Amino acid sequence: MLVYTMRRLLGAIPVLLLASVLTFVMIDVTGDPLADIRMAQPPPTEAVLQQAEERLYLDRSMPERYWLWMTGIGGNGDIGLLQGEFGPSTQGPHYDIGANIAERLWTTLRLVGAAMVFALGLAIITGVISALRQYSKLDYTLTFIGFLALAMPTFWFAGIMQAAGVKFNLMVGEQVFATIGDGRFRAQGEPLWDQFLNAFAHMALPTIVLMLISFASWSRYQRTSMLEVMNSDYVRLARAKGLRNHTVIRRHALRTALIPLTTVVALGVAGVIDGAILTEVVFQWRGLGDFFITAVDNNDSFALMGWLLLSGTLVILANLIADLLYAVLDPRIRYE
Amino acid sequence: MSENGMFESARRDPAKKAKSSADRTQLQTVLLRFSRHRPAMISLFVLVLIVLFAFIGPFFWMWDHTVYREIPSNQPPSGTHPLGTSAAGHDVLGQLMRGAQQTLKVAFTVSLVSTAVGSLWGATAGYYGGRVDAFMMRIVDIFLIVPLLVAAAAIAGNSGAGTNWTAIALIIAIFAWASIARVVRGVVLSLREQEFVEAARASGASAPWIILRHLLPNAAGPIIVAATLLVAVAILAEAGMSFLGLGIQLPDISLGQMIGSARTAVSTRPWLFYPPGVLLVLICLTINFIGDGLRDALDPRQSMVRR
Repeated sequence: MLVYTMRRLLGAIPVLLLASVLTFVMIDVTGDPLADIRMAQPPPTEAVLQQAEERLYLDRSMPERYWLWMTGIGGNGDIGLLQGEFGPSTQGPHYDIGANIAERLWTTLRLVGAAMVFALGLAIITGVISALRQYSKLDYTLTFIGFLALAMPTFWFAGIMQAAGVKFNLMVGEQVFATIGDGRFRAQGEPLWDQFLNAFAHMALPTIVLMLISFASWSRYQRTSMLEVMNSDYVRLARAKGLRNHTVIRRHALRTALIPLTTVVALGVAGVIDGAILTEVVFQWRGLGDFFITAVDNNDSFALMGWLLLSGTLVILANLIADLLYAVLDPRIRYE
Repeated sequence: MSENGMFESARRDPAKKAKSSADRTQLQTVLLRFSRHRPAMISLFVLVLIVLFAFIGPFFWMWDHTVYREIPSNQPPSGTHPLGTSAAGHDVLGQLMRGAQQTLKVAFTVSLVSTAVGSLWGATAGYYGGRVDAFMMRIVDIFLIVPLLVAAAAIAGNSGAGTNWTAIALIIAIFAWASIARVVRGVVLSLREQEFVEAARASGASAPWIILRHLLPNAAGPIIVAATLLVAVAILAEAGMSFLGLGIQLPDISLGQMIGSARTAVSTRPWLFYPPGVLLVLICLTINFIGDGLRDALDPRQSMVRR
C-alpha cells in the first residue's frame, strides 16, 4: 500500500507539471499583465513600463519565464515554486501571493470540507432510502429534488438563500444567520461558545448552498449502486439465511454499495471548488474565491498560476485518497 | 448513427428482436421507447417551447435587449412590460429572450465541439490501447484536474473575450471535451474486443475507417447521452462565468449575466432576479430529463417496459 501510494504520488508529478505548462501558456498567451498600467491616465512613461516589465519578468521569453516560475534560478529571489516563492504580483511589490493563498486557504477549506461532509452523509442516506423504496412516491420525490438541484445554478440558489436568511432574521428580530462575510474578524478574548455560534451563523447558509450541488449527483450514484447490490446473489443469500433486514442492509449491502461513490466524490472535488468560488462571491467571503477574482481582474498571471496549481493538487490528492479508500472498503482490492 | 451500426447491435441482442416487431428498425425502437418515457417527453416539449421563445420570440416582441430612452426604469411587471424593467431602462422580457438565446447558443456549441473532439480522442485512445492510450489519457487527466468553470473564467477574463459568444463557447469547450473522451474510451475499450471489429480488421480496414465506421456508431448511445448532459454543464459554466463578470458582457447578455447583475436586487426588485434563474433551471432540468430518457431508450439492456 505504501509503495502504491508513493508510486501514485510520483505519477501525479508529471501530470501536475504538464497541467502547469498548459495553464501557464494559456494565461500567458491570452492576457496582458500590463494592461492596467498601459491604460492608466496620464499615460505611463517608457521608464515606468520598462520597470514593470522587468519586475514581472516580461522582458524574458515565455519558456524562460516558466523556468523561472518553477525553479527561481536566475530570478531576483521573488520567484521559484521550488523555493516556495509564487512570483511577483501585478498588484504591487508588496503583495505576497503565497502568503495570501495561505491566509485564505483555511477559510475556503472550512467551507468546502463542511459542505462535502454534509453532502456525502445526506447523499448516502437519501440514496439508500431511494433504492430501498424504488419506484415509490418517496423515490420519485427524491429523484425530482435531485434533478432540480443538479439544474440549479449555485449562485442563483445562493442569492435566494441569502435573501431568505435576511428575511428570517427580520422575522425573529435577531441575527441568526450572518448573510455577509466569513466571520473572521472578531473581538479578542471572546468566550468559546460565542465564537462557535458566530462561526455557525456565518457558515450555515454557504454550506447549505455548496452542499446542494454535490448532494444531488452523489445521491443518484448511491441509489444506483445500492440497487445493484440489493439485487446481487450474496444479499439474497444473507436474506435466505434469515438475517434481519437491517443487518443485511447495513452489514452486507451498504458496505459494498459505498465503493463506487468514492470515485465519484473524488471526481467531484473540482466541481466543489468551482462552486465554492461562486458561493464565496455571493456571501462575500474572503477566501480563495475572492483571491481568484482579484487575480483575474488584475491580470495577475502568477497569482492565477498559484491558484490553479493548488486546486489541481487538491483534485489529484482527492483522487488518490479515493483509491486508497477503495482498498479499505473492499478487501478484495489489493495494491501491490 | 449509421445504418451499419444499428443493425449490428440489433443482431447482437436477441432479446430486443423478440420484443420489437420484425419490421421495426432500431431507430424506430429507440424513438418508441423514448416516447414512452413521460418525463423526457414533457421535457422535450418544454425545451422546444423555450427554444422557440428564445429564437422566434424576438421577432414578435417589440423590445430587444438594449436600452431605450422611452422605457421607464425600475418598473415592476405591468401590461406594457410583462416582466418589468431594469434600472438602466431595459425591457426584462426582451432581455430574457436574448439572454436565453445566447445561453443556448453557447451551450449547444460547447456540446457539439466537445463531443466531436472528445469522441475522436477517446475512440482513438481506446482503439490503439497500450502506450498510445496511456499517453492520450494522461493528457485527458491534465484537463480534468483543472476545475472547468475557473479555468475557463481565468482564460476568458484574461483575454477579455467578453462580448463574443463563440469565443466564450470555445474557451469552455477547451476544458469540457476531456470528460467525453473518458466516456467514449471506456465504451470503445470493450467494443474493440468484439468480433465485428476483428472481422473488419481481418478484411483489411484501416484504423481510421474502423474508428469512424464501426466503433463510433456503436458507441453512439453513450455519446449522445453524454453530449446531452454536457449541454447542461456548459449552461451552468457559462452562467457561472457571466455571473463573475467573465463571460458574456454588456451590451450583449446571457441568463447568467442577468442573474449576476440582479443579485443585489433579490428582495427589492425580484422581477429582475427570478425570471432568468427560473428559465435557466428549466433549461437544465429538461435537458437532464431528456438525457435520462435517451439513456433508457438507447440502452439495449433495458427492458421495454419501464417502471
